[in-house]
Amino acid sequence: MTTSHSGSTRYRERVDLISQDILRNVSINKGFILWMGFLTVLLLACLFAYTIQLRKGLGVTGLRDITSWGMYIANFVFFVATSLVGMLISSVLGLIGFKWVKPIARIAEIIAVAFASIAGIIIISDMGRPDRLPNVFLYGRIQSPILWDVTVVTTYFLVSLMLWFIPMIPDLAIAKTRLKDRPAFLIKAYELLSINWIGHEKQVKTLNQAVRILLILIVPLAFAIHTVTSWLFAVTPRAGWDSSIFGPYFISGAFVSGTSAVIIAMFFYRKSYKLEKYLTDDHFEKIGRVLALVSIIYIYFNINEFLVPGYKLKTLDAVHLEELFVGHYAPLFWGVQILGLVIPVILLLLKQFRKPLPMVVIASFVLAASWLKRYIIVVPSQAHPNLPVQNFPVQWMVYKPTLIEIAISIAPVILALMIITILSKLFPVLPIHELAEEDVLDGGGNVTDLINGHDSGVTLENKKENNN
Amino acid sequence: MSEKKKNEDPEDSKIDEIVESSRRDFLKKVGIVGAASVAGAAAVYSGYRYEKAKSTGETIKVLTEDNRLVEIPKDQVKDYKPDLKVLQTRGREGIKGKKWAMVIDLSRCRNARKCVEACQGAHHLRPYEYHINTLVMQESKNTPAYFMPKTCQHCDNPPCVSVCPVDATFKRQDGIVLIDNERCIGCRFCMAACPYSARMFHWQEPMNAEADQGKEYNIELNVPQKKGTISKCLFSADRLREDSLPYCVSACPNGVFYFGDENENAVTNGTTKETVMLSELLEKNAGYRLLDELGTKPRVYYLPAKNRIFDFNQGPATEYKETT
Repeated sequence: MTTSHSGSTRYRERVDLISQDILRNVSINKGFILWMGFLTVLLLACLFAYTIQLRKGLGVTGLRDITSWGMYIANFVFFVATSLVGMLISSVLGLIGFKWVKPIARIAEIIAVAFASIAGIIIISDMGRPDRLPNVFLYGRIQSPILWDVTVVTTYFLVSLMLWFIPMIPDLAIAKTRLKDRPAFLIKAYELLSINWIGHEKQVKTLNQAVRILLILIVPLAFAIHTVTSWLFAVTPRAGWDSSIFGPYFISGAFVSGTSAVIIAMFFYRKSYKLEKYLTDDHFEKIGRVLALVSIIYIYFNINEFLVPGYKLKTLDAVHLEELFVGHYAPLFWGVQILGLVIPVILLLLKQFRKPLPMVVIASFVLAASWLKRYIIVVPSQAHPNLPVQNFPVQWMVYKPTLIEIAISIAPVILALMIITILSKLFPVLPIHELAEEDVLDGGGNVTDLINGHDSGVTLENKKENNN
Repeated sequence: MSEKKKNEDPEDSKIDEIVESSRRDFLKKVGIVGAASVAGAAAVYSGYRYEKAKSTGETIKVLTEDNRLVEIPKDQVKDYKPDLKVLQTRGREGIKGKKWAMVIDLSRCRNARKCVEACQGAHHLRPYEYHINTLVMQESKNTPAYFMPKTCQHCDNPPCVSVCPVDATFKRQDGIVLIDNERCIGCRFCMAACPYSARMFHWQEPMNAEADQGKEYNIELNVPQKKGTISKCLFSADRLREDSLPYCVSACPNGVFYFGDENENAVTNGTTKETVMLSELLEKNAGYRLLDELGTKPRVYYLPAKNRIFDFNQGPATEYKETT
C-alpha cells in the first residue's frame, strides 16, 4: 500500500532516479509522430472500406443468411477477452499481494482500456443499420443479452480507465515539475490531471481507498463482461454454442489472450524504452508462469467443451465436431489447439523458455491463436443449423471473409494500437511513485522506522493502516 | 386512443350527447365501411350536423370499426388510407380475439413451390430470399424423403423476440411474430437465436427498393423492405386483416396448407376451401410441431408425409445466383 512519505529524502532521491529512466520516454518525438502518422494512413484506408460497406450494405462482406455472424463478431469477442487482463493482473494478483505485478499493472490497464473501448466500436461495424444505434437506448429491452453487454462493457471500460488514471495521479505531479521542456499543453494536462497532488497524507489515504474499492469492484465486472459475451452464443439453441460451460470457458480463454498481450507489450517497452532495470528477467519468469497456469486452465475447459459432446455425439453436435476435428476447419482447429495452447504450455513449463525473447515469440503464437480460436467459436457453429440449408446460391453455403471485411476488421487493431501509443507515450508507462516507495520500503529498513524517523506528516491513522 | 375509449363508453352511444369537434377532424378521419374509429362518434355527429345545415343533406349509412351504424353526408365520403402511425399501432397490437394457427400436410406437398413464388411476389423478394422455403427432408438413410414447406413457426415462446435488443421483433396478441423494419438495428441476434432458420437479412438494397420508394411502410406486409434489416414470414398479417387467407395458403395447388383461428378450433384449406376442426385434423393425422423439444411452442403444425398418392420426385436442381 502507498504510504505517505513524500517528505522523506530517501523517497525523493528514488523518485529522481526512477523518473529519469521513465520520463525520458514521455515525449512527442519524431518516432511518435511518424508512428502515429503511419497508423492514421492505415486507418484511413480501413475507414474507406467501411464507407463502401455503409453505402452498399453488409453484402460487401462474406456474411449471408446462413453464416450471419463472422469476422466482426469474432473480433469483438477477442477484444473483450483481451481487455480482461487488466483485472487479472491488477486485481487478482495485486490483491493477493504479489509485489512483482507493480510495474506491470499499468501496462495491463493500458491494454484493458484500449481493448475495452474499441470492442464497442467493432459491434457498430457489424450492424446493418448503424444509424439506428440510439434505438438501443430509446427502446432497449432488458431481456436481451445485448443490453447487458452494452452496460457491462461500458462500465468495465470506465472502471479500467479509472484504474489506469487514479494510481497515476502522483506520477503526473512528478511529471509536471520534471518535464518543463515538453510542449506546454502536455504540462498543462499534467497539471490539470494531477488535481493538486502534493502527497499529503489525506490525499494518500483517499487515493488508496479509491484504488482498493475499484480493484474489488472490477472483479465481478470483468467476469460479467465476458460471461455475458459468451451468453450471446450460449443462449441460442445451436450445436457448438449451446453449452453450459461457455461462461468459464470464455473467461479462462480471455486470461490466456490478455496475458500474452501483456507479455508482448512488456517486451516492447523493455526494449524500446530501455526499461531492463524495471521489467527484469524475473518479471518475465513470473508472468511466464502465469501464462502457463491460465493456459492449463483453458486446456481443461477445452477438454470439457469438446470431450463431453464428443462422447455423446448427438446428431448436430456430431456434424459440428466432425467439421472441427477432421473437416473443413480441422487445420485451423488443431493449429490453434496445438500451436497456440499445448506447445506453449509445454515450453513455458521449462525454465529456459521463461526468458524475454522466447516468451515474446510464444506469446505472439498464443495471441494469434486466441484470435483464430474466437473465429472457430463464432463461425463453424452457424454452417449446420437444425434444419437443412437449401435453395440458396452456392457461395452462401461456406462463409469466406472478403477483402473489405478484413480491412474493416483491421481498423480496431489500429485504433487499439493508437490508444496504447498515446497512453504509453504521453504518460509514464511505469508507476514512478509506487516503484520509489517500494524501493524505500525494501531498501530503507523497516516501515515504522521510516515513518517515525523521516516523515513529519504521519498521523496515528496512517500508522494504524500500516499495522493492519 | 382517447377517442376510441369514448366510443366504447355507453354514455356516448347516443349521438345527441356528443360534444362538438372540428370539421377538420371529421374530414381527415372518417371513411367508408371499415374505416377507423379514430374519428369517433364525436366528429361524426358534429360533422353531420354541420354538413346538414350547409349542404343538400344527402347522406349515406356507414358502419364504424366498433360496429355502430352512423349516417354521414355522401359528398364527404373518401377512401380511408391509414398513415404510418396507424399502421404501426394496429400492426403491433394484432387482431383482437384471434389465435392464428397453420397446419401443413406433408403428405400432399409435391414441391410445386407456388407458395414460395406467391410469397416472394407479395413481399418483393428475390428468388433466393425466403419467408417460406420448401425443403427436401430425410431424417436418415432408411426413412423416406419428403418435401417440407418451412415458414416462420410463430412460436409462443419465441427465442428471436427474447434476444432482440430494441423490441423490433415482437409477439402480437393474435399469436403472430412480426418484425418492425423501421426500428430494427440489423444486429442479427434473432437470426442466431432462431432454431428454424426462418429469418432473412437484407444484405444489399432490396429488390424493389426503387419502385417502393415513398410507399408507406406496412409492418403487416413488411413492404417496402429495407436494406440492413431483417425480414421474415408474417403469416400474411395484412391479408388476415382483410379476412383472407395468407398468400402461400391460397397459392398452393395441392391442398397442403390449412389456416385458421385456434380459438375457433377451425382451419380452412387454402386449395379446397374446406373448413375442418383443428383438433380433429391434428388428432386423426398425428399432427406434430417442428423441434418441439426446444420448448419454442410453434403455432405451425405438421401432418406426417404418410399415404402419399404420388412418387417422390425431386426434379432437376435449380441453380440460384445472387443478383442486385
